[in-house]
This record gives sequence, C-alpha cells and structure tokens, in this order.
Amino acid sequence: MSDEYVLSQKFKIKGGDFGKAGRTSTSIKEILKEIGIDPSIVIRASISVYEAEMNVVMYAKKGMVTLSVTPEELHLKLEDEGQGIADIDQAMKEGFSTATHEMREMGFGAGMGLPNIKKNADRFEITSIPGKGTTLDIIFCLNKTGNK
Amino acid sequence: MTLKEIKELLQAEVITGEDSLDKEIMFAGGSDLMSDVLAFGKPGILLLTGLSNAQSVRTANIIDAKAIVYVRGKQPDEAGIKLAKEMGIPLLSTKLMMYATCGLLFSHGLPGVSDPS
Repeated sequence: MSDEYVLSQKFKIKGGDFGKAGRTSTSIKEILKEIGIDPSIVIRASISVYEAEMNVVMYAKKGMVTLSVTPEELHLKLEDEGQGIADIDQAMKEGFSTATHEMREMGFGAGMGLPNIKKNADRFEITSIPGKGTTLDIIFCLNKTGNK
Repeated sequence: MTLKEIKELLQAEVITGEDSLDKEIMFAGGSDLMSDVLAFGKPGILLLTGLSNAQSVRTANIIDAKAIVYVRGKQPDEAGIKLAKEMGIPLLSTKLMMYATCGLLFSHGLPGVSDPS
C-alpha cells in the first residue's frame, strides 16, 4: 500500500435537502472522469456514492464524503450524524426499507441502496451506532488484481 | 434506432436536446424507481420513466444514460430541465403509458437493457 495520495477531497451533504440531493455525486463523477479513472470503475463508484448520498439526505442530519484516490485504490468514506441503523443485517437485505412517502416520491427508498453499494464495490464496510450515525467505507481497486 | 425515430414512433415532444436526435439508441429500460434504475441500468440506456423530478436526470447522468423519455405525459420540473441541459441529456415526453411505450419500442426491434443483443 502506498501512502501517496493522487487526490483527497471532502464534500458536505445536508440531510433533508431533497432539492440538492445528488449534487455531490455528480461532482465526484466529474472529478473521477477528469483524473482518468477507468470508465467502468467511474460508473460503479458513481452509483455507490449516489446511493449513499441519497441515504444521508433521506435519513441523516448531515454527512461528509471523503474521496481519496491512491495509485492502488479509490476510497469513498461516508460519515453521517443521524439516527443510525439498529440492525445492519436487516438493512442489507434487498427490499427492507423504512422510507417515508416523500422519499419514495423521489424514486428512492425501495430498500435497494445498501445492497447495490455492496454489489458495486470491491470492498464495503458499514458500521453504525443507533442515535449517533453511520459510516460507510466503499473501496474500489484501481489495479487489475482484486478488481470486480 | 435513432432518437428521432423513437420520437416519431412515440409521438413524443422534445423538451430539450433537439440537436441530439441523431443519437443511436441500442437498448432501453423502464422504471419509476430510481433505485432499480441504479441497480439494473447500463451505460447507453434509453431511460423510460414516469418519475419527473430532477432525480430522474441525476440518475440518468450517474449511469450514463443516452436520453430520457417521460411516459404518461409527464413533464420534468424546471430543475430537471436545467440539469439535463447542463449534462447534455435529451429529454422527451410521450402521452403513451409505460406499457404501450415499451411495447411499441420492443416490437420495432429495440431490445431491453438486460438483453442488449
């Protein structure tokens, strides 16, 4: 593992702001394209960060995305302050959702987000403290070995 | 099939992207649920949806969709149109229902996203 960062950037996400939801992911996608990340990884990373951003908007008070790129890895870390997830195994099941009507009107909240992030990522870790918040580590390998 | 042929087949109105109607469309997929589009969509897809808010455009951008056709006469909101212009995603709207829209395109040879042959 190299400590040499190609890029490290932080983005704030505001909870409940449905109007701006997705803006951070759109910016991150543009950055990844600009720095020449493989297009298939750009898509997988963009889908993952968009799902994660929507989760922050829908469920948390606020959140932060840290995008870090080294020659080996693309790492998206999402940390939010909010209600957290009491039962992570349940939240990881496709179709499980606690979404409100407003969230579903946005086209989200079908219980597909977290499973879809896991499907797209090369490595995925989730930790949560109910009442405090949730942290996601979404990692993509940039060299061929370990890549999905 | 070009976007222009699709526009004529669906008797669709072009909301933005009039200059991109020569784009070649190879396959399509329809859903009102953006979570499903993110899970099953593929780059190059023509997205058929009845979800007319800005998230439909954001989702289309994230998965590199070629264009969006809104069904059931839905019209995207101002925020969605502005975003689509910035992102270069053509937006069309047809009065046809989802089922008829998919059926017409499929019967004229446009395959679904899961079977882009």
